[in-house]
Amino acid sequence: MKNSINNAFKIAKKENRPALISYTVCGDNTKEKSLQILNSISKDLDIAEWGIPHNCPTADGKDIQNSSYRALQNGIRLNDIFKLVKRFKKLKPSKPMILMGYYQMIFNYGDKKFIQKCKESGVDGLIVVDLSFPDNKNFAKLCKKNSICFVQLIAPTTTLKRIKEIIKYSHEMIYMISTISTTGSALKYSAKRIIKNYNVIKKIKPSKNVVIGFGITEKTISNLRSADGLVVGSTICREITRSLKDRQNPVTNVGRLVRKLKNKIL
Amino acid sequence: MIKLKKKTPLIDQHDKFGFYGNKFGGNYCAETMRKPIEDLSKLFEKLRKDRKFLKKRDHYFKHYLGGETPFFKLENLTRHLGGAQIWCKDVSAINGDAHKAYHATVNALICKESGKRYIAGDTGAGMFGKNLAMAAKKMNLKCKIFMGTKDISRQAPNVKFMRDAGAEVVPVDSGSKTLVDAVSECMRHYVSNCDNTHLAVGSAIGCNIFLKICAWSTSQISRELKKQLIKEFGEIPKLKLINVIGGGSSALGFWNEFIDYDKKHVELVGVEAKYAAPLSTNAKVAILHGAAQYCLTNKEGQIADTHSLSAGLDYPGSSPLHGLLKDTGRARYTSASDKEALAAFKLITKLEDIRPSLEPAHAWSECIRLAPKLKKSDVLVVNNCGKGYKDKKIYIEQLGYYPK
Repeated sequence: MKNSINNAFKIAKKENRPALISYTVCGDNTKEKSLQILNSISKDLDIAEWGIPHNCPTADGKDIQNSSYRALQNGIRLNDIFKLVKRFKKLKPSKPMILMGYYQMIFNYGDKKFIQKCKESGVDGLIVVDLSFPDNKNFAKLCKKNSICFVQLIAPTTTLKRIKEIIKYSHEMIYMISTISTTGSALKYSAKRIIKNYNVIKKIKPSKNVVIGFGITEKTISNLRSADGLVVGSTICREITRSLKDRQNPVTNVGRLVRKLKNKIL
Repeated sequence: MIKLKKKTPLIDQHDKFGFYGNKFGGNYCAETMRKPIEDLSKLFEKLRKDRKFLKKRDHYFKHYLGGETPFFKLENLTRHLGGAQIWCKDVSAINGDAHKAYHATVNALICKESGKRYIAGDTGAGMFGKNLAMAAKKMNLKCKIFMGTKDISRQAPNVKFMRDAGAEVVPVDSGSKTLVDAVSECMRHYVSNCDNTHLAVGSAIGCNIFLKICAWSTSQISRELKKQLIKEFGEIPKLKLINVIGGGSSALGFWNEFIDYDKKHVELVGVEAKYAAPLSTNAKVAILHGAAQYCLTNKEGQIADTHSLSAGLDYPGSSPLHGLLKDTGRARYTSASDKEALAAFKLITKLEDIRPSLEPAHAWSECIRLAPKLKKSDVLVVNNCGKGYKDKKIYIEQLGYYPK
């Protein structure tokens, strides 16, 4: 269990493809629906990421904002999220689960209590969007102590000196932001340039699993398949929005979309 | 208990992580923003010591913003209330009609120095937006202003100003449709465009560097006031400095030069809007827009809704520097309701020639409450930090008239 994130990357590597990581918002559009969606796509996923909705999401684009507002409107609370994670892990014990959110939600709950709850419910990793290096050192340490992977982020604006430091303090997975943007906007750089940035990170420490996120869509995913992993978020959230608008079942639609994404990187 | 450091400017009392009193502020932002804000910090630290830049700033303050704003006694109000002497530091007399003029001008100057051609800012009451648009036009910068749709409709005169000055006003329709969501949207814009855009945060909020630039800029108010007080009284008399608090930028400017005085000598009184009052209602510390601060939240930690007739005060958070001033006991905070602010406007405009906007009307309300209980030798100074014309429509709706 402890190395389930590492394991997921190993499996993907063996199959000579990047790990596929989904991002959906827990509770979007209802608690049950979000669990059903994740459950139905998990056969095509290597790692599942669930967003903790917050009503001041300063780094998210429209698609994820919409998902977050829907989830909040339906009354999701942190304790519900932990319960849903527990249920998901019961259904898919080997599927790594990463929670992603803004620090305010954790701070309000209490760092220690939050990490303890994560551990109890089976969370494997954490991404905290606005708790960047070096301010996250203590928090990351606390995660490690509890066998939770704290995922450090690296952006196109991160200097080489800083990249080296961040890698030094990183755990088994690092998240590379592809482009200067909030989540869900179009890629500003060519795939070639993104992979070049990616290789800078990989070269410093080849053993780290580096995933690329932001702007990954059906169109762009295959060009980036040389990465260790790819995160698809806004594309999925947009599909949920579309399905709800067209009164279709988001579970089947998202299932179909993720299958398509997976096929592009096989 | 946290203590303030003497002889250290308030904005510089943070640790290397940007925290004041180990508790307020910090840099809670996305990794993408780290490098740009670090660059901005370096640039600002260089510029504030650079004589040429300071000369340029002073030149703009004098010739573009119109120089020293007046300080005068309100004889009629003093007589009417029959207690303390009431004085007005009329910052609204500045070209630009509010203290935000200092902050907007400095941001445009910094943007120019940084070599960036785009500047983006948030606004609630529209005072910052308007001044930023004007400064951007003056300095040939492309300007985007983010504003909640609710505020766009209630502060229409300022929106017209922004557009006439050539700024793009971006309506923000998410969440509350007010300042809190405008700031979020503006920060998102910055995350996406930080390579060519300078972010001008509209108040003393946000990551460390943004609140520093803001409070540094508005401190012009207290530099002037100190001189004016000495000219009038021959010394700094026993004072109460009363200022309205939204994010808290005008108060920080009004108080800056007086922080080191004993509070029995110079008392600092902050007045919030009653239903947007994190400092005077024992709100919890929360993280909003990149900084830890006193902020209204619900039990789950979500940022709470606020209500104020005044768009500039309709904000759930407060400057981390006010958190510091509160916890050190240096300033005290109270609140005034919409009704009380309106009553204050009514009385002030009946007796005196000033026309405060809704924001300073809250400070006037506290002044009216305090004055009768004090002695003639006590001096109350209110920062009249915004002109009322932008709220003309609201005053007419609420009071049935707007004085000439």
